[in-house]
Amino acid sequence: MKIVALVKHVPDAAADRTFNEADHTTDRTNVDGILSELDEYAVEAALKIAESGDAEVVALTMGPDAALDAVKRALQMGADSGAHVADDALHGSDAVATSAVLAAAIQKIGDVDLILTGMASTDGGMSVVPAMLAERLGLAHVGFVGELNVEAGSVRARRDADVTETVEAALPAIVSVTDQINEPRYPSFKGIMAAKKKPVETWSLADLGVDAGTVGLAAAWTTVETVTKRPERTQGEIVTDEGDGGAKLVEFLAGQKFV
Amino acid sequence: MAEILVLVDHVDGAVRKTTTELLTLARRAGEPAAVFLGSGIDAARETLGRFGATKVYVADAPELNDYLVAPAAEVLAQIAAQANPAAVLVPSTPDGKEIAARLAVKLESGLITDAVDVAADLTTTQSAFAGGYTVNARVTHGTPIITVKPNSATPEPAETSPAEENVSVSVSDAATKAKVVDRAARQATGRPELTEAAIVVSGGRGTGGDFSAVESLADALGAAVGASRAAVDSGWYPHSHQVGQTGQTVSPQLYIAAGISGAIQHRAGMQTSKTIVAIDKDPEAPIFAMADFGVVGDLHTVLPQATEEITKRKG
Ligand SMILES: Cc1cc2nc3c(=O)[nH]c(=O)nc-3n(C[C@H](O)[C@H](O)[C@H](O)COP(=O)(O)OP(=O)(O)OC[C@H]3O[C@@H](n4cnc5c(N)ncnc54)[C@H](O)[C@@H]3O)c2cc1C
Repeated sequence: MKIVALVKHVPDAAADRTFNEADHTTDRTNVDGILSELDEYAVEAALKIAESGDAEVVALTMGPDAALDAVKRALQMGADSGAHVADDALHGSDAVATSAVLAAAIQKIGDVDLILTGMASTDGGMSVVPAMLAERLGLAHVGFVGELNVEAGSVRARRDADVTETVEAALPAIVSVTDQINEPRYPSFKGIMAAKKKPVETWSLADLGVDAGTVGLAAAWTTVETVTKRPERTQGEIVTDEGDGGAKLVEFLAGQKFV
Repeated sequence: MAEILVLVDHVDGAVRKTTTELLTLARRAGEPAAVFLGSGIDAARETLGRFGATKVYVADAPELNDYLVAPAAEVLAQIAAQANPAAVLVPSTPDGKEIAARLAVKLESGLITDAVDVAADLTTTQSAFAGGYTVNARVTHGTPIITVKPNSATPEPAETSPAEENVSVSVSDAATKAKVVDRAARQATGRPELTEAAIVVSGGRGTGGDFSAVESLADALGAAVGASRAAVDSGWYPHSHQVGQTGQTVSPQLYIAAGISGAIQHRAGMQTSKTIVAIDKDPEAPIFAMADFGVVGDLHTVLPQATEEITKRKG
């Protein structure tokens, strides 16, 4: 069985994230990047399946040179190999174009049984690429999965969406997982050393047969017109409870007409 | 004027408030046309007309219920191909976003998610980076597909008697691959829905597992109850009530955080609330930095006193 885990390199949410002034794209150079935390759950889910059976795990990313770090982290956690789609033409691609490129990469990897992704990226956070991939590849997609069982050519999943559902789908399928599904492992020292010898393929758009004119900022089907930093919230009155904290709270609420 | 398709969010015909918000926004940009998928149109008709739907497309088939979102996306694409709308508005729910994603590929159209406002020229407003930025964007290719968050508009009635069109459904094999074998009923808590509520009272690890003080205050204020991930992971409150990056995003008039430190992932889900109040026994808790009012103290004494005081004032 072959599993592809999709991993995205994102600016660290703990840092001051910002946009490039010139073209309103996410600033990926002046803010430290990491593997999107929510993708760690997808990598962990892939590794768990691999450990309980015979499966190979490929970590796939698309992004600038630094995005390779996301693949490396997955390899350190235990993925077997990596694939990195890198091409200057990709800068500023929207979700629709991203899904087209990733679909081509998955087809190039070939014979994939299961594609695992996080429920959203921690930067753009749209949550739409997995469903777009499913649409392009003609596969089942089960999103927001909090519990996953893979057996005998099919998946059975608990989907925590508008309501809780139990869903079944035959493989090949795409499953996006939530942070409820597992506790991602930290890479061990052994894992970090082993990762250095693991194979990583780098593909350009030409390698994937994707026309560079269909991706990137100029070909995006959405455009950002303005980006404004929201004023920092300012701290209001903070009181210390001296037996009257609840009453003071209600006084404030009444002043704001909530009571 | 061109139609603006609005995908109706409903439970067996009970129309959720977000739909009336979307109809109100759609009216700015064109003629709102509701798309009602599944059963229960008899219960929904009146509400859709009251909030200005000039037309209602109705499609019902077992596949819409038996399989995840793909059949709904196919039917919506069929209707869009026929109606040639100026835009498609979809609620920003998990199902709504997956439907919108598939629709964007089918219609070769640009997609914007999580809008909190849609202008007459279909320019959108949304939050980025955990509420730190406001972004204005526009779809530049195809039929704009926009998912809209709850509480993005005040529903304004505009009585119409919509024309109804029944759409025949043919669902492809590709859309029937993820089968729903069990679906839990939506739990009725007797409280407002978390994402729709004007007031939310949330509890965190500081509750120590006892949410009764949080719930009592919520009830006194007519509020919904939320929880931090620490509280959810401890099994103290259901995941459907989690506020934050991997839970619900709320944007109420008033958000009260009790025993919640204010981690970035929690803030991502409540940062755009109008007024924020925090109760925490640690004066250094980061939540206070964003609070309009705060009480440093034990929530187990502060909340019950507040509840009692509110009950007293209400007489
Ligand atoms: C990928 C990822 C996704 C995440 N998504 C979310 C999310 O969606 N939502 C979310 O909330 N978190 C999320 N988190 C977790 C987040 O980082 C924090 O761990 C979590 O929010 C902490 O919850 P808390 O504030 O309840 O607990 P703590 O941080 O432990 O804070 C508890 C607070 O309660 C106070 N306290 C204790 N006792 C009392 C008392 N008796 N009276 C008053 N105050 C008291 C303490 O002083 C403290 O400030 C996510 C984390 C990751 C890695």
